[in-house]
Amino acid sequence: MPKPFDKLTATAAPIMRSNIDTDVIIRIERLVGNGIRGTLGKWAFGSLRYLPDGSENPDFILNREPYREAEILVTGPNFGCGSSREGAVWSLQERGVRAIIGSGFGDIFFANCFQNGILPVVVDKAVVDQLAADIEATQGAGKVSIDLEAQTIVSPSGARHAFAIDARRREGLLKGLDEVALTLQRDDEIHAFQASDRAARPWIHSTRISA
Amino acid sequence: MPGRSLLEKIWDQHVIARLSEDTDLLHIDRHLLHDLGGSRGLLDLKGRGLKVHNPELTFATPDHALSTAPGRAGTSKIGMELLAALRVETAASGIKLFDVDQPGQGIVHVIGPELGLSLPGATIVCGDSHTCTHGGLGALAFGIGSSELTHVLATQALIQKRPKTLRARFEGKLPLGVTAKDMILALIGQIGAAGGTGYAVEYAGSAIRALPIEGRLTICNLSIELGAKMGMVAPDEKTFEFLRGRPYAPQGEMWDLAVKAWRELPSDPDAVFDREVVIDVEKIIPQVTWGISPEHVVGVDGRIPDPKTVDDPARRAAIETALEYMGLQAGAPIAGTPVDWVFIGSCTNSRLSDLRAAAEVARGRKVAAGVRAWVVPGSENVKREAVAEGLDKIFIEAGFEWREPGCSMCLAANGEVVAPGQRSVSTSNRNFVGRQGPRARTHLASPASAAASAIAGAIADVRMMGR
Repeated sequence: MPKPFDKLTATAAPIMRSNIDTDVIIRIERLVGNGIRGTLGKWAFGSLRYLPDGSENPDFILNREPYREAEILVTGPNFGCGSSREGAVWSLQERGVRAIIGSGFGDIFFANCFQNGILPVVVDKAVVDQLAADIEATQGAGKVSIDLEAQTIVSPSGARHAFAIDARRREGLLKGLDEVALTLQRDDEIHAFQASDRAARPWIHSTRISA
Repeated sequence: MPGRSLLEKIWDQHVIARLSEDTDLLHIDRHLLHDLGGSRGLLDLKGRGLKVHNPELTFATPDHALSTAPGRAGTSKIGMELLAALRVETAASGIKLFDVDQPGQGIVHVIGPELGLSLPGATIVCGDSHTCTHGGLGALAFGIGSSELTHVLATQALIQKRPKTLRARFEGKLPLGVTAKDMILALIGQIGAAGGTGYAVEYAGSAIRALPIEGRLTICNLSIELGAKMGMVAPDEKTFEFLRGRPYAPQGEMWDLAVKAWRELPSDPDAVFDREVVIDVEKIIPQVTWGISPEHVVGVDGRIPDPKTVDDPARRAAIETALEYMGLQAGAPIAGTPVDWVFIGSCTNSRLSDLRAAAEVARGRKVAAGVRAWVVPGSENVKREAVAEGLDKIFIEAGFEWREPGCSMCLAANGEVVAPGQRSVSTSNRNFVGRQGPRARTHLASPASAAASAIAGAIADVRMMGR
């Protein structure tokens, strides 16, 4: 069940490159196996965080103080594009990330965030760029505040920005709702749908191989 | 009231409950599982004390973590564990598994259409972003994460927000040497890797109608590289002919009923789309990527971009980063760039028609010295049909390695990697940083272009190969 999210004031790290895909967030070989949860935090952004010899890349923002402990990422366009791997969200979560602010996200990554209690905030690119500039102006010392109930972000400069979010998803995050449990409460409706659909589209429901 | 689009018709037919103005609980008709996430989902379900809601609508096959070496030699210990777990958990839940060496095994997005599991008008999900491939048959198909996968196993339903609609019309007659892969790469180059984000894309127009089904599957496969998790082509007579007689396609009276319903699916002439793009296919030439996003693409006769000529600082920086990673020189022609690897395979381009196109180029020629070239058929059935036609011999005689079906070097989850710093021409779908292995450099291209590059030992224009 996802952890509820309501308010957060935290260090934010701008990672502004466009099209950071989920392969860059977490490499596939870290995701092979059924016992991977809890092992992924150190491999988040592995190809950016580590040099070929395995040492930390001092140029990468999450290897620098105070960004190392960032709970908020401020991201460039199309962050989380590519593969559906939920391990990308898990790896960020295991690093302590609780919210991501960007001008747009990969559709599947975006949905996966909500499933894990991580808030992805979509705002105009100009707002993202301003936030990143405000954070960098304080060398990361200035915190960013997010209030999901009020749907606002406050930049280290004090500038306040409103953001839009789907009402259902907002409620799900605020309450930490479990979608599987919610849908199972509708199991009668699912069965009723299947019964009438079987009459309308029998070829969908009868999947035994014909000899 | 305006007419309805293909997406709207399929969507409306699957609504179990309306949850908000734009979010519905949708019935899922087909759920496909693979070795990387399938057993994890089934174990997750068991951990919650739940059962698979409709095992007869759920199908599984190993593809991602399996070695494609002969005899599957070299599958990692953890890959073997995932395969064992998939066998145990699907059997315990009554889910049909297409196992190694059996007809039906293969890349999940190759076997769905091949077996007739994927049907027009069906909702199809899989824990893999390239599930959009199945849209080539007129299905509403999309990739999901692990949590949604568990949700579908438990409920045979999924909560989804209705996407916006984008129609991409490909018009005109495809020039010689230009393929479905080049069409979709050209579109990604035109509207960008986020151009389709938030949309379901319908591919339409005379050039789509003229494409065989396997080409349509290739087009839809790269929808996610456009940012769109769903891509689709309206079903037509070609679709019905492709599906007729396939093992899981409806038969007899049921077939007639199904076709009657499928004929109602295409978008109404007055359907309204949120966005429309038109592509003149007569201007497309074979495409090849030069960077680290599928939008970093040029015609094979083009030049690698020069960041110095770009004004926008963010774009300039992006090009510089990509060129540094790829080890390419700004402004140089892309053709003639020496390559170390050629990979022909993946859910994008590993079907019989892809292998035929590559074999046509390879026949009677030799892979250049110093190049390693692999052909990985998409499924056990594709492999057997290719062998029956003698394609394997053509490849082997030309110096290609002929492998067992699986995902292989597309995502490198199976130890099959391009070495650091080496350059690969690949028929797959992602040229991301490290996708084919840490620091590997990937150029995406069509099967014919990839085969031509293997022969030339460098990125090559297949139109110059004289066939």
